[in-house]
Amino acid sequence: MASLKDHKSHQLGLHKEVLTGRTQQVFFNPEESENFFYYNSYKVDFNKRTEIDVSDLDCVSLNKKIKNLMQKGFGTIVLKNPGAKHSLGVGILNKLNLIIEGSLGYFGVGSIDGPIVRISGRVGWSCAENMMAGKVVIEKNAGSCFGAAIRGGDLICKGSVGARSGIDMKGGTIIIGGDAGAFTGFMMQRGRIIILGNVGPNLGDSMYDGTIFVGGQIGSLGADAVEGELTELDHSWLKRKLKVAEIDKKINFKNFKKIVSGKKLWNYDNLEPTEKKGAI
Amino acid sequence: MCGIAGLIHRKKSTNVGKEMQNMLQSLKHRGPDSTGYALYGDSDSKDYILRFKVGENVKEGSSAIIEDESIYEHRKDKVNSAINDYGAKIIEEKRITPYSYRYMISTSEDLLELAKKIESVEMTEILSLGKSLELVKDIGDASVVAKQYGLNEFSGTHGIGHTRMATESGVDIRSAHPFWGYPFSDVSVVHNGQLTNYWNTRRKLEKLGMRFMSTCDSELIAVYIANKIRQGVNLEEAMRSSLDDLDGVFTYLVATKDKLGMAKDYMAAKPMVLFESDDLVALASEEVAIRSLLPHEIDTYDPFEGEVKVWQA
Repeated sequence: MASLKDHKSHQLGLHKEVLTGRTQQVFFNPEESENFFYYNSYKVDFNKRTEIDVSDLDCVSLNKKIKNLMQKGFGTIVLKNPGAKHSLGVGILNKLNLIIEGSLGYFGVGSIDGPIVRISGRVGWSCAENMMAGKVVIEKNAGSCFGAAIRGGDLICKGSVGARSGIDMKGGTIIIGGDAGAFTGFMMQRGRIIILGNVGPNLGDSMYDGTIFVGGQIGSLGADAVEGELTELDHSWLKRKLKVAEIDKKINFKNFKKIVSGKKLWNYDNLEPTEKKGAI
Repeated sequence: MCGIAGLIHRKKSTNVGKEMQNMLQSLKHRGPDSTGYALYGDSDSKDYILRFKVGENVKEGSSAIIEDESIYEHRKDKVNSAINDYGAKIIEEKRITPYSYRYMISTSEDLLELAKKIESVEMTEILSLGKSLELVKDIGDASVVAKQYGLNEFSGTHGIGHTRMATESGVDIRSAHPFWGYPFSDVSVVHNGQLTNYWNTRRKLEKLGMRFMSTCDSELIAVYIANKIRQGVNLEEAMRSSLDDLDGVFTYLVATKDKLGMAKDYMAAKPMVLFESDDLVALASEEVAIRSLLPHEIDTYDPFEGEVKVWQA
């Protein structure tokens, strides 16, 4: 079991800052009172609904159309026939109900900040990359680099995902209902990943921080990833988060494993204070 | 980055030429330099189909050396002599482009020796030799190549194909995919990725008498698989051992007379999306390629790292 308390970076008081703002996850705050303030956003009415047939549209035309509709106050937009095209629904910096009836290709709903997205099909590589806030629910499977570099929000895949999910993630929660591939949580820096099924080799390789919860078997742990202590607080958080994720399976959280950074690869403790002194 | 695609119909033939063209055309953005097809026809003939080239396509964008076209006919005559001298019989001879040919030949002799004789003619390369495999590759996108070689009406059970973005070697037919598993009839390979132990592995295989026609790292996979088959290893085992013997990031497809296989390296750094039903298996670097066959909603998934799969026609 990893004991992180004696680590020098903890003694220095690092890792204790309280993060605020709509793009940052407030860890273990029971109210989850994220401050959703949307600068220059459109006022939309969720009851105002429209549909778009994507069959003959490219990603640029579609994404512009979504923006124009939000400008007109549409709060619920349904995309039909997405046909696994790439880069659909990207850059939505607004509250919106986006319902996608079908599958997305690569880079679907990337760089979003606020919308609730429901996808009935599968998504390709790098779904929701750089997501800042909001919620994305995928009913089927997802490709590799799922939720790469997300900063916040809830990203849920009810099926299985490819390799490197949550690579470089800096906040938010990724929830995977099935299995996950190799290098899940590679170099993650903050946030949480929950995998209900099995996960491939090199889990959490070179992770800086953050937490990974695994319900099934772990192929192997990556460099500097270690098993942490699973607490009652973790159990209650997992239970709550899976409810948010609309996953109704009966799960015995006592069998879960919690993976955290061993912080042995860090050179921050040696370098950062010196650098700070140099800067002063 | 390159795009690869493959499909196999279970127990039936369709227009795989057109189907592969549609899949590869939808992957054009992954590699516009050249396109290649390895299509498996319905033939039950005891004769062999020989596809070979005696020169390169030197149109704009090609990195091949420009030659006078008159030399192609001269080289073709030399190939004919080589075939006849070896004791094989040319049944049908067809010129497809100024530099490439499709022959039907009859032989009961060793294919390796025959291949060596044919390739002893300057600038001549066998693209494929088999009883059902027809391997076609050239500069241009999937539509251009399919039209040039008349693939739109090709009937068969399965095929693999490739759209190439040249990174490790020149823009020419020699470096285009698929690669034939010389000297075994009906073996072909397409690959997306980079191999980092190319030269070491190539030198080992050359010492065993295997031949390389390009410096494209993808050719190594075809030669590696061919060598394993030569040693009596079955296709699936050969592909599994490649995961340990080849370094780098790769996803590749192999086809034989009645099988289609895929392998993904342990890093899973190269994409592959798979659709599987009772009648059809289709797989490609991107789902859009599969959607060109099946436009309705389908269930697909990404094979995991280190996975090897083989399907029977």
